Amino acid sequence: MTLRRLQAILLKIGFWLLVGVLMLYAIFPFYYAVVTSLKPSSELFEVSYWVDSVDLSNYAAVLSQPAFLAAIRNSVVVAISVVAIALLLGLTAAWALGRVRFRGRTTVMILVLGVSMFPQVAVLSGLFEVIRTLDLYNSPGGLILSYTIFTLPFTVWILTTFMRQLPDELEEAAIVDGASPWVTLTKVFMPLLWPAMATTGLLAFIAAWNEFLFALTFTLTDSERTVPVAIALISGGSQYELPWGPIMAASVIVTVPLVILVVIFQRRIVSGLTAGAVKG
Amino acid sequence: MASVTLENVNKRFGTTRVIEDVSLEIGDGEFVVFVGPSGCGKSTLLRLIAGLESITHGDLMIDDQRVNNLTPPERGIGMVFQSYALYPHMTVHDNIAFGLKLAKSDKQTMEERVSQTAKILQLDNLLDRLPKALSGGQRQRVAIGRAMAREPKILLFDEPLSNLDASLRVQTRNEIAHLHERLGSTMIYVTHDQVEAMTLADRIVVLNEGHVEQVGSPRALYEQPASRFVAGFIGSPRMNFLSVTGRTAGEAGCQISIPGLGDQVLPRRMENDDESLTLGVRPEHLIPAAATGESGFKILNVEYLGSEAYLYLQVPDGEALVCRTEAPCPFTRGGRVTLTFDAHRAHLFDRDGHALPMIAAPDTQPAPAQATTS
Repeated sequence: MTLRRLQAILLKIGFWLLVGVLMLYAIFPFYYAVVTSLKPSSELFEVSYWVDSVDLSNYAAVLSQPAFLAAIRNSVVVAISVVAIALLLGLTAAWALGRVRFRGRTTVMILVLGVSMFPQVAVLSGLFEVIRTLDLYNSPGGLILSYTIFTLPFTVWILTTFMRQLPDELEEAAIVDGASPWVTLTKVFMPLLWPAMATTGLLAFIAAWNEFLFALTFTLTDSERTVPVAIALISGGSQYELPWGPIMAASVIVTVPLVILVVIFQRRIVSGLTAGAVKG
Repeated sequence: MASVTLENVNKRFGTTRVIEDVSLEIGDGEFVVFVGPSGCGKSTLLRLIAGLESITHGDLMIDDQRVNNLTPPERGIGMVFQSYALYPHMTVHDNIAFGLKLAKSDKQTMEERVSQTAKILQLDNLLDRLPKALSGGQRQRVAIGRAMAREPKILLFDEPLSNLDASLRVQTRNEIAHLHERLGSTMIYVTHDQVEAMTLADRIVVLNEGHVEQVGSPRALYEQPASRFVAGFIGSPRMNFLSVTGRTAGEAGCQISIPGLGDQVLPRRMENDDESLTLGVRPEHLIPAAATGESGFKILNVEYLGSEAYLYLQVPDGEALVCRTEAPCPFTRGGRVTLTFDAHRAHLFDRDGHALPMIAAPDTQPAPAQATTS
């Protein structure tokens, strides 16, 4: 009896220990970035795991750079545009692929999935030519286009899967009520697809926000950079100095919006919204 | 209010013929029930009328206007779905008002209609609730309300009671009958439950494998089934069927010999002798009497239902015979009974399952069929 209790307690301890290790593994880098960003540059190389005195000079330094502010603005514009375009196209495509029966539907689905197979590097030079031809080089438009290409496949797949789960009779009820496909999509399906849209939108946002390779390749001037590139290009007084303080401050600044977004939308990412639609 | 006419309506899915040459006239204000076993095409037929499926061949007319290519709202129909299909994110009020909103009716008429509909269906207190906060019966009423709100000419019901429990089903059945009386609109109702069909319908359409078996009032279908299929489908417990051989007996009809019941003359017209026929007798038309010794049929089971009892009788080959009797009855399991029946209430079906026609004017019958006690 006592042995079994001991075993249960040990199991519990082991479980929470594991959770603790995972948490530490996941959060520590960010925590250390926060700590570093709050230190004056003189204390930068003293190893400490606690903030003794809050020093905001790094933040002031970063935020006083017009290039960095422009980068934040660009990132916001690009990420929001990508999310909006991807959700609009994804939703309409998901309606067609999930709701309308037509020949070659499976082929289209597999093609869509196939597109997301290519690594970024493989399409980089080709895409560069496309962007040059479309005259989108060194503008947010080029980034929006290229990110949308990589975001759409999973957006379409996830939304199609959710769309298929919605009962047929719901759509038929809307048809009988006189709704056009667009009204059915926006007034009936979209509210029910909120969890899926929040999920895919968030993933698309994070992908666009973090992307580095395309952002580096398709932009030239500081005024058109996005945040990841801008941070990488923050330089110190000389070429031998890496300004860790401002880099960490900038990293924290651009991470916070993501954290806030996840916290807001994780409540939305709850299924069971269709409960009450059918039977019961 | 509107009449519906179907002329040789066909529906194919690929090469499968789901509906074959259905012609039907549904009068203004009539309550018609489509009934049949699952897979008989009754739901498809309803969806063809609703406009949710396209008609492959044939014409569908509503009030003498061909509506084959019109959308459901243009046809002026409202539909109640089996799963109700309420919009889960909208309140009861918005569910009912959705169609009106899309029809761009002005706010005042919309509110009037909604409150009127809600009052008829006793939903007044539930207007702000979401579907998930409603019971099954309430959801059902909201679904009916949503179909009614636009005042459609024709109301369609697709097995609306199949998700309700037994007692609620009886109650809702009565409410629908009452609603029909009150609204007076044409209603078409699909069910696989023959009790619903019998209790609700002005006329029943029995469907089998995509074609119409028989159309008629509940009484006509019960008393004069046109085929063995209809006879077996309508009525519970179902009609007893016995294989018999028969020969014509002149003006009197035909003489058949029934294993275990002897020879009997039925007032049915028959063309050829020696046909292998099927005799059909409803359980309430078999009259049991206590048997002596080893004669008659052995009682396999007695089902006591309070007001009546059903006897299940062993037949040498084939399904057990069911026989209804008043309860309490003197019969017990393992006992034996002899049976008699009224020849005028028995049915004969030929090889293909068609009913042999009744010889008219039963009062001119020469003599009551032998072995009958009535």
